[in-house]
Parts: sequence; structure tokens; C-alpha cells
Amino acid sequence: MTLRLGNDVPLLAVEGLTKSFGALVAVGGVDLSIGEGSIHALLGENGAGKSTLVKMLYGTLQPDQGRFVIAGKPTVVSSPNEARALGIGMVFQHFSLFESMSVAENIALALDHKPTPDQVKAELADFVERYGLSVDPDATVGDLDVGVQQRVEILRVLLQKPSLVILDEPTSVLTPQEAESLFGVLRQLASEGKSILYISHKLDEVRALCDDATVMRHGKVVARTDPRKESSASLARAMVGSDVSEVSRKAGSVPADAPLVFELNQVKYDPGTLFGMSLKSISMRVHSGEILGIAGVAGNGQKELFDVLSGEALVDLDAVRMDGHPVGSHPISKRRQRGAAFVPEERAGHASVPAMALSENALITRKAPEDGTLGSLGVMKFSAIHKLSSMIRDAFDVRSAKGDPAASTLSGGNLQKFVVGRELSRDPKILVVNQPTWGVDAAAASFIRGAILELAEKGSAVIVISQDLDELLQISDKIAVLSHGHLSEPLDASNVTLEQLGLLMGGDPTVKAFQATDVERSDAA
Amino acid sequence: MQLELVKRDAPSSKMLVAAPFMALGLTVLTSGVMFAVMGFNPVAALYEYFIAPLTELWSVYELLLKAGPLILIALGLAVCYRANIWNIGAEGQFTMGAIFGSIPPILFPEWTSWATLPLMLILGMVGGALYGGIPAFLKVKFRANEILTSLMLAYIALLILDYLVRGPWRDPGGFNFPESRNFSDEQSLATLEGSRLHVGILIAFAAVPVMWFFMSRTLAGHAFKVVGEAPRAARFAGFSSKVLTYAALMFSGALAGLAGIMEVAGPIGELRPTISPGYGFTAIIVAFLGRLNPWGIMLAGLLLSLSYLGGEAAQITLGLSDKMARVVQGMLLFFVLGCDTLVRYHVRLKPNPKVASTPTASEAADAA
Amino acid sequence: MLLEFFSFLRELASFFVYIFSPTILPGVLVTVVGSATPIALAATGELVVERSGVLNLGVEGMMIIGAVVAFGVSLGTGNPYLGALAGGFAGIGTALLFGFFTVYLASNQVATGLALTLLGLGLAGLIGESFVGTPGVRLEAITIPVLSSIPFIGPALFDRDILVYLSFAIVAGVSYTMFKTRVGLILRATGENAEAAHALGRNVRLIRMGAVAFGGLCAGLGGAYLSLVLTAQWTEGMSAGRGWIALAIVVFATWLPWRALAGAYLFGGVIILQLHAQAYGLSIPSQAMNMLPYIATIVALVLLSRNQAVMRRNTPAALGRAFVPDR
Repeated sequence: MTLRLGNDVPLLAVEGLTKSFGALVAVGGVDLSIGEGSIHALLGENGAGKSTLVKMLYGTLQPDQGRFVIAGKPTVVSSPNEARALGIGMVFQHFSLFESMSVAENIALALDHKPTPDQVKAELADFVERYGLSVDPDATVGDLDVGVQQRVEILRVLLQKPSLVILDEPTSVLTPQEAESLFGVLRQLASEGKSILYISHKLDEVRALCDDATVMRHGKVVARTDPRKESSASLARAMVGSDVSEVSRKAGSVPADAPLVFELNQVKYDPGTLFGMSLKSISMRVHSGEILGIAGVAGNGQKELFDVLSGEALVDLDAVRMDGHPVGSHPISKRRQRGAAFVPEERAGHASVPAMALSENALITRKAPEDGTLGSLGVMKFSAIHKLSSMIRDAFDVRSAKGDPAASTLSGGNLQKFVVGRELSRDPKILVVNQPTWGVDAAAASFIRGAILELAEKGSAVIVISQDLDELLQISDKIAVLSHGHLSEPLDASNVTLEQLGLLMGGDPTVKAFQATDVERSDAA
Repeated sequence: MQLELVKRDAPSSKMLVAAPFMALGLTVLTSGVMFAVMGFNPVAALYEYFIAPLTELWSVYELLLKAGPLILIALGLAVCYRANIWNIGAEGQFTMGAIFGSIPPILFPEWTSWATLPLMLILGMVGGALYGGIPAFLKVKFRANEILTSLMLAYIALLILDYLVRGPWRDPGGFNFPESRNFSDEQSLATLEGSRLHVGILIAFAAVPVMWFFMSRTLAGHAFKVVGEAPRAARFAGFSSKVLTYAALMFSGALAGLAGIMEVAGPIGELRPTISPGYGFTAIIVAFLGRLNPWGIMLAGLLLSLSYLGGEAAQITLGLSDKMARVVQGMLLFFVLGCDTLVRYHVRLKPNPKVASTPTASEAADAA
Repeated sequence: MLLEFFSFLRELASFFVYIFSPTILPGVLVTVVGSATPIALAATGELVVERSGVLNLGVEGMMIIGAVVAFGVSLGTGNPYLGALAGGFAGIGTALLFGFFTVYLASNQVATGLALTLLGLGLAGLIGESFVGTPGVRLEAITIPVLSSIPFIGPALFDRDILVYLSFAIVAGVSYTMFKTRVGLILRATGENAEAAHALGRNVRLIRMGAVAFGGLCAGLGGAYLSLVLTAQWTEGMSAGRGWIALAIVVFATWLPWRALAGAYLFGGVIILQLHAQAYGLSIPSQAMNMLPYIATIVALVLLSRNQAVMRRNTPAALGRAFVPDR
């Protein structure tokens, strides 16, 4: 059911919406209105309150104050079911898909007219054709690429025949080309009279796609503007509240005779997990003072590659070398002793134990003799551990409660600074970092990138795995692309184009060509 | 009304201490109601349960005697539970410890020296550790769930004991009773004059500060906690989950085995088909009531020991069923776990969200 | 030594010849069904609970409560059908207690399940104290004409009490509901990813409570079978680890209902075989025979490791994890 409205009545208006969690006001008195057929951007950096706002729109959270006016009528959205009945559809950032179920089952679960998976298949065909979103309804969702999984999410929403579609950071998992085709679908939807609320912190996209924008900062609306008439810089200023000094890597920073510090030789690795990606003959070389960026869409082997690099997954002894020493079958502690440091993607639960104090978390990777944190028989030296922990917190500007708070009480950005600080303050010879600034506010992200550059300038070899192409282009010397467990040949970051990278990320056949030549060459040698 | 949990930023340290006491209060309250329903004066019954055993010296000795094995087993279980390893077969490890430890007095009754007793205790620990090692092996090697395997092994251990005392290890001069020969003085723990209280109890209480130091002051103790809280972080830290699985299960097995041999070399003095009033299972309650903290476990062990004695006392003086003790124990564990929620969450009752009149799509269309 | 072993093998062979002889086998099959039914009921119930993402280790406790209540009510009313019903409801009652703690208070599922077992065993002992030694009221067989005269399987399957028939109906019903209906789809979705199910507007906690209650019903009925059919008397601790075996069977069955039924019959067979072997006088200690079901449980769990791929696909991904909706 599509709503027919006069032009002056917005499809959705939100007035004075407020939501607090304890002392934190996540959303404070937000007004928002979205016209019919409009693509409306909700801009803000991580932690600005966008997700909280959206959860209230979709009924998974209840506001403390404020009201919704949908098509001119005041309304309460008390559950997602009700949101769907009102014509609101939602594409989640962290997909709400059931991995071990089929596409048709996943879609059936979200439809309130209670179709069976077989009926869904029939309904699906029409939408697949109209929007060019092809997908196999019998496929198990966990086996699909992230981009295809998002297609399933979008189809699931479209089958609900909504009048407002909300998308939360949809391009964070897409190649530039995939993002472009998503924009095509969204423009088509808008032309059919559907409204779209597009949540993002990527300014270029918003300027290219949206005709209206609301900017949030610290839970409040700070601007309402037409993004097509703004510059990226002006939008960024509105979003962040000040100019963020961006760091950048100078081309040719690595001397030609820099020694080889880290190499991977035709690593093959099968994680043996349900929906894991196996690595297919990956090779790489990183020199002293060099930053190698690994681009790619999530789920193409990043986790597995990180595990192989860190030693959480073991491979053949000779497959990984540090400073010429074979370490492929050496566990993570031994690699740390050789001067390597690692920052995994998941900061809570992998890099740190959420329920434990920061000092106890410092100890996790800082228990080597030179850290001085342990006495004989493994007795913990608490004064030394506390000193180490406060040193990290001071040096890396970690803002937290006084004393020794649990890691879970820190904001994402501050915990990430703590984790990065814990590793960088060891002055590692090799740093491997996976998604260094994922879900982190702009100021913290810039700080972390700066720290990584500084480390490289001191002569360390750095490997940065990231989905954020802008970030990689900013700080890397070379960029290789991970796609379906294959790693492309590294490209020079100073003259590579987004389009080139996007083609590689999408699994362009030339990737395999790169791979083949690489193997031949090492065979010849 | 709706029950709502709101996660606290950090666990409440106040509630951490208060929760076990709240649970105890709720248990006393509920059991009082149950006593009344069963036709007993609740005040008198509660007095028999929780106060009377503390009024006489001999029964304080008995209290310590029963608390010993509970504390010792629970200290080991706490290490497992911290590491998120669910050993519920302590009863089996206790039994196997008793069997292994009884090898010298039963198979070599003539060999009595100063070394006999220490050897028995060591064998008891070895037996418990090996038996605890089986679920560890099955978990590490085959990913078999340790909850089920450790419990099945407990049933098996009890049957092995039953077989031994009715078969090959039966006392040849024992008139066909299912008992082993009696242990001699050299094969038994020395007791306090005029009581059954033996020196093994000292070991149990001495283990409390040792375990506290181990768990809170050493890297190894820290490793168990990290692997329990966040297994990926433990792998990242370089702690091997295989090693920790073996260590936790074999260590807790050793402590349970030690408790087992001390029970037969102490108050019992021989092997019998039944050597435990369910210590291995009650120790699970002790571990949780004590918040997996050694000092807490010491207090909880004394309390659960009290419930055993109180149960016996109430049966003798009031004719209250001795089965009630297990009900009280089970209730206590339930309430402890429920009150634990208060440590991690704010609990609120909230009225149901108003079901406001939402316009249907057609109404909305009319409005426009 | 070797000679002894060979003579034992001969003894074993003659035992199997005896068991499978046409005069003995029908009776054996009847007892196998009897021993498998309570386990099948409890396992099917637990399977539904686990599919919703909740691990209830209190099956043993729910079963024994079901057994004692069923016994008491049938004794009091003289009607074993009322007794069975009461046993089922007693199972639901204890399950709801567990559900309130684990689902609404987000308490640790493993520990709370253990608490339920300990409390159930204690409470049943207390309630049943006066029943010890009293003969109970037996649930009589309902003979299905024609089918019951099929040789071998007729008497075993079609001349039985209502709970045996019900156990088959429940397995069939659960299997159909789980994989062919929307209710089943939602149940599986909840166990797979509770957060996502919540985000789609499903009431995760209510679904889980429903599943837990169903598990309690099945365990209670399984318990009722013990005290109304299998022995028709009350003895303390009469569940004898069957609840735990049922839990193992759910894993063994990789969360598939028909496989759970097959698993229950396999275990029922093991239990009966060792009883017959003891009666036959095989020269093995009776304790070793009594161990067989427990050893079989361990072996079954270990054998599963060869089936990791199937395990991973069917294991409810959210199993054992509390779900707390954020507010």
C-alpha cells in the first residue's frame, strides 16, 4: 500500500524525539521530516545517535519523549511489526539475517502476511527482475557474499512494499561498483514515489545521491541542508563540529633499499568454520618503513588472513617469515617475541576482555619479560601493570572514568585507542592491524591513523587490513586487494584509482591472472 | 507489567557482595513457608536448621568435617567454571580419588610406614586428576560436551566402586558385607581427640588462601578467567585453550580426588558402596554461592555443611524429612543465580507500552 | 586368559541367539519400546527448547517431578490418565520456573539447569516419601485391532498405553511443525540469531518461554511414563540419569526430531539388552552391565565428532546465550 499525500505533508515527521541510556543522552530532542519520493540523508559520525534514532523509527527502541507523525497523523511505533504495518522498511547495518537458513526462509520471516518460503519464491521473481537484484532463493545465506547478503536484506524490505525505506550505512560492505548499482536501485525507488532515509558518514555518497540531509552531532540535529549545494568540507565541519586535521602519507616514503621484514609465501589455509573463507595461495612482502594496505569487502578472507598473520591460525613453518626467520607454525606469543604486534578487528572480546579492567587488559599482550609486568612463577606485579596501563592511557588520549574501569565502559573510539596504544607502545617492528578505525569517531580515527604513520616513519613494517578505501588510499604505500581468499598483486597507492580497486574487490578475473603470474614467478625462482 | 533488564556499565561491586546474602534470605523465607505448609512451626524448624547445629561443640566439629570436602571440591570447580568449563562430575572424581588412594591399604595392607598416608593422598589426587582428564581429552580431541561426559563418568565411577567393594576388594574377614578391610592408624588421618575431626580439614582450609593467591595474583589464574570471559581474547593473548581445558579439569579432579581419599582415610575408615552424601553435586552450589571466589567458597561451604547437619537435626527433633535438606540446597542455588542478575543488570518492572490507536494505511490515506 | 575370553565370546554369542529367538524377541521388543519411550519424550521436548536457543540441563529434574506428581495424582484419584496429565503439567511448572530465571532474568543457563535438576531431585524425594513401597495405578494398554496382531512389532507398537502413541505423535508433530510451518520457522530463527529475530519484531522471550514450557511438558510426560507404566511404583531417583541421556540424544540427533526418536530407541535397546544379559547370567559383573547406557552415551557423543559438518549446520547458533533486548 503506497500512501498518497499532498506535497506539503511530509511522509514522516519526528518531533522532539529523546532517548537516554543512563546518564548518556543518545538522542536529545531531534526533529526530522522526510518528504514523499525524497532521498534523505541522515549524516553524523559514529556515536552521534543515528542508530538510536533509527531503532526508534523502526520500533525496536521506545523513545523517552517525542512523537512520530506519519502521513499527518500522530503515531506510536511500538514494535517492528507495527513499523512494517505503517509502511516502514529497514535495511540493517549489521544484517538481521539468519545465516544457516535459505534466502526464501529469511525473507518469509520478515513478511507479515505469513507466506511460506515457496510463496516467497513466487513473489520474489517479480522484484528480482524489476530492480535487477538477482539472487538464488534456495541458497543458504551464510554461503553468500556480503554484497549478495545485502541484496537479500533489500529484497526482504521491498517485498514488504514499504513507503519509507531506511538504510543504515549500506555501502560499508560494498565495492564502489556495487555501491553505484545500489544507488541506481534507490533512485528507481524514489522515482516510484518511495521515500528513503539514507544513513551514512560518507560525504561524497550523500552529495551524489541525496536531495535532503539532516546532520546530527552528539545526539542533536545541528544542520538541515541540501547536500547537493554543499561541499564535502562544509558537511564534514557540520558533522564533526570542527576541522579534523587529516593525516596523509607522502609518496615515496619508503627508501628503495629498505630491508624485507615480513613475507608470506603461498599460504593456503582452510579455517574449517561453517561460513569461513579459505585462503588460496597468498603471498606478500612488506619492507621496513612500508605500509601495505589490504582492501576488500568483508567476508573475503580478512579474518582468516589476520589469524594467519598473527599466529592464531598456524600454517607451514616456511610460509610466514619475520626478519627472515620462518615462523609459520609459531603461535602468537612467539611472534610477539620477535617484535610483532597485532590489532584485531573486534576490539571487545578479541583485542580485549570487556568485563575486565583496563589494567588486566593491558596484561593480555604485555606479559613478555621486557614489559616487567610479571615476577617469578608468573606472579603479577600490579604496580607495574597499573603504571603500564596509565602510560598507555596518557600517551594515546584514552578518555574513560577515573581509576581502573572495565573495558566495557569505554566508548568504541577510546577502547580502540587503548588497544592500538597497548600495541604501538611496544615499538613493534611489525604491526598487523585489521579495520583500525571501524566504528570509531573522526577525531579518534585521525589520531589512530597518525600513530600508524608515525610508526612506519620510525622504520616498522605495517599491514593494514581495511574495508575503508579512503583510509587505505590515505595511509598506504601499496594496496593489495583480497577477494574470495585470493590476494591481488600490490598496486602503488599514489596512482591507483577507485575504479581499479573496485574491479579487483568484485573478483575481476584479472585478479586470478595476477595470482597465476605470482605463482609462476616464485616457481621459477 | 513487563520485566526489564538494563545492563549496567560495569558489574556492581555492591551487588556482588549483597547477592548471595539476598539469596540466602530468600531461601530462608521460602523454606519457612514450606515448613509451615508441611505443618511445622517455621521458626522452630528454621532454628533447628540454621542455628541449633552451632550451639554444641561436637556439632561444630561435624560442621567443619562436612565443610572440608565441600570447600576442597568447590575450589577446584571454581577454576573450571571461571574458565567456562562445566565439570559437573566431581562426584566421580571424588570417588575415583577414594579408590586410587585406597590401593595401598587394601592391596598392601601390611605395608605401613610414615609414607603410607602421604602416598594415599597423592594417589587420591592422581586418581581424581586422571578421571577429570577423561572429559578434558574427549572435549579437546572430539569436542564432546564435558557437561554430559563428566556426569556420565560420575555414574560409571559409582558403579566401579560398587563392583570393587562387593567383589575383589571386599574384606575377606568381613562376613560378606560390602565393605573393604578397615584402614589401620598408619593408613588413616589423625583425628582431634574425642571427635571425628581430622587433619585433612586443615588442608581444605589452607587451600583457600592458596587458591585465592593463585587465581587473583598469578598469570595462570588470570588465564583461566580470560578464557572463560572471552575465548578469542585468550587465544589472542597466547593462552592455549587445550592446555587450559586439561589443566582446569585435571586440577579440579585432583582436588575432588583428594577430598575423596581424605573422606575414606578419615571419618569413614574403609571403602563402602556409598562414601559421599552427594558432596560432588553440593559443591556445585558451594562454588556458585561463593561467587567462584575462594573466600566466598569457604563461607558457602560452611553454610551448605550447616544445611546437611540442620537437615539431620530437624529430622531427629521435629520428624522433618531429611529430604528437605536437598530442597533447601537446590532452592539456594536457584536464588543465587537469580540474584546474580542484579550484579550485571538493573531490574525494573515497567507497565506495558500503551497500544496507541495507530492509523491503518487506509485511514492515513483518508486523512491526506 | 585367552581361553576364558573365547568361552566368554561363546557365551555372548549364545546370548544373542537367545535374544533373537522367535519366542523371546517379541517380549524383548516390547520392553525396548517401554524403555525408549520416556527418553524419546524428554529428548523431543528438549530438542524444541534447544532449537529456540535455550539449553535446559534440568531435564532430569523435570522428569522426576513429573514422575512423582503423576504417581501421586493417579494414586489419589485412581485415574492414571489424570496422573499423566498432572505429570505433564508439573513438568511445565518446573520448566516455567527455569524459564523465568533464564529467559527473563538472563541467568546462566547451564547453572540454572543444574539447579533445576538438584531442586527437582530433592523436591521429588520429599513429595514421594510417603509413596515408597505403595503399588501405583498402572496406565493400561489400548490395543489397536488388526495392527496389534502383526508378528513381532504388533505387540511392541500397537498394544500399548497412550503415552507410547503420544510419543510418536509428538515426534511427528514436532518434525512437521519445525520444518513445514511458520511457527517452526520462527522458532528456528530465534535459536539461530535472537538479536535478528528481535529486530524483525519477534518476541524472542515469549517464544523461548513457550519452547521451554513445551520441553517441560514432554519431560513431565516422560517422567509420568516411568511411574505409571515402566515400574508403576515410586522409588527415589527413579529417573536414573534418563534426563541426561535425553540431553545427549539431542546432540547425537543433531537437533533433528526423527533422529532423536531413533537415538532413544538405540538407548532403549542398550538398556534392555544389558538387563536381559544380567538375567541370562552372562559372566560379566552386573555393575559393568549397568554402566553400558552411560558408556554408550559417551561413545555416541564422541562418534559425533566424525560428523562435524552436519553438527555445525544444525546446531542452533544462539544455543545457551541469554538474550536481553535493549531498551
